Amino acid sequence: MGDPAAVGTAGEALADGMIRVDILSKRYGRVPVLGPVHFRIAPGETVALLGPSGIGKSTILRILAGIDTDFEGCVSRPEHMAIVFQEPTLLPWRSALRNLTLANAGLSEAAAREALARVGLKGRGEAFPGQLSLGQQRRLALARAFAGRPELLIMDEPFVSLDAKTAETMIALTETLIAETRPATLFVTHARAEAERLADRILELRGEPATLSPHLVQTEGYD
Amino acid sequence: MTGKASGPLLSVAALLGLWVVAAALTADPQILPSPLALWQPFVRELSTGTLPHHLGATLVRVAWAFVLAMLLGTAIGLAMGRSERVNRLLDPWLVIFLNLPALVLIVLCYLWIGLTEAAAITAVTLNKVPNVATVIREGARALDRDLDAMAKVYRMSATTRFLHVTLPQLAPFLAASARSGIAVIWKIVLVVEFLGRSSGVGFQIHMYFQLFDVAMVLVYALSFIGVMLAVEWAILQPWERRARRWRTA
Repeated sequence: MGDPAAVGTAGEALADGMIRVDILSKRYGRVPVLGPVHFRIAPGETVALLGPSGIGKSTILRILAGIDTDFEGCVSRPEHMAIVFQEPTLLPWRSALRNLTLANAGLSEAAAREALARVGLKGRGEAFPGQLSLGQQRRLALARAFAGRPELLIMDEPFVSLDAKTAETMIALTETLIAETRPATLFVTHARAEAERLADRILELRGEPATLSPHLVQTEGYD
Repeated sequence: MTGKASGPLLSVAALLGLWVVAAALTADPQILPSPLALWQPFVRELSTGTLPHHLGATLVRVAWAFVLAMLLGTAIGLAMGRSERVNRLLDPWLVIFLNLPALVLIVLCYLWIGLTEAAAITAVTLNKVPNVATVIREGARALDRDLDAMAKVYRMSATTRFLHVTLPQLAPFLAASARSGIAVIWKIVLVVEFLGRSSGVGFQIHMYFQLFDVAMVLVYALSFIGVMLAVEWAILQPWERRARRWRTA
């Protein structure tokens, strides 16, 4: 599994806990979408992946998360991961509390209630996601991600399509939770302001097929 | 609450009324006895234990065939819905079995396996599996990919995934195929009994058909309809209400 020369393999993280992404290429059918993409994320480091919509940010994210295994290259990732999608992606047929405990095996009910309280959902544990507002559902998705204290947290444009006020609340909450839990975080966005605020380091995706641009080019966000 | 419950009751009463009128117009209890005329033979069959014995035999066959058809059909449907390769491989089979008349399957099962209980249940199961598989395949195709990805990243166990991610999404499809399945299955079970069993509602109907006893044919048919209504109201509907709770909450 850990042979770096193998194609599309997913090795386990090495002893230093460093997360390694070495993508040689990724194509959809015959269209190459990603060229060589290499980066590392240290434990506790927050890295933003910045680039315009449709360039392949989500593809990198899905490869890192292990959702997409059809690529050339090698990824080392920790055992314990969490993900926040653009949409809440909850189990609508299970209560808020069960959404936390089902996604995080071994999470006690008390710890799950604690995690709900952290995102302002105290006492809503028995509610189904459909009974929560969209803002509450997104906070529930955040609670689910942080409750298990993941070693790697992956976020796919979690603040896109939110109004300014909600986005600000969510970003502040995410900042607090990251500071408390200190997971290695890869955070995908097309908004430079978000990236600069949350990330220790910014990777920028450019070109076609996309590769990481070597320098940080100071331009405005892409929105 | 009373308004809700009286609706179906009224409609059943209307059907009974229609029957009484038709029986009065026919004026020949040999051809269409009135509902009241069935009461006596019904009580007689019930007290001798003949009716419960045959109802039980049919019910056991229905239960076996139903469980087997649902399990097999769900497994096949899921595999076909989730994998395009499996779908291409099995789709022609599905079309063939869907279009194979129930009677042909029953006769072949009896000829090949023999006039046994196993042959009877196999025949009914094989008749129903393609329908279940077709419905579940649609459900499997509609499974949410994002939830799948979520389950994968959070490393949910296979059991957790099946019980809490896949099964709830399939619930409406399972309910639809169970609903239509149980109705179709008991009808096929009757044919199977008619052709090659010495117990069950179908066997009794066969016998009274030869005696041209319309009253007894109706007694047996209606008794089993009663049993199936009880199953619907006591098992299927409460289960469905429970499974749908999250939608209405």
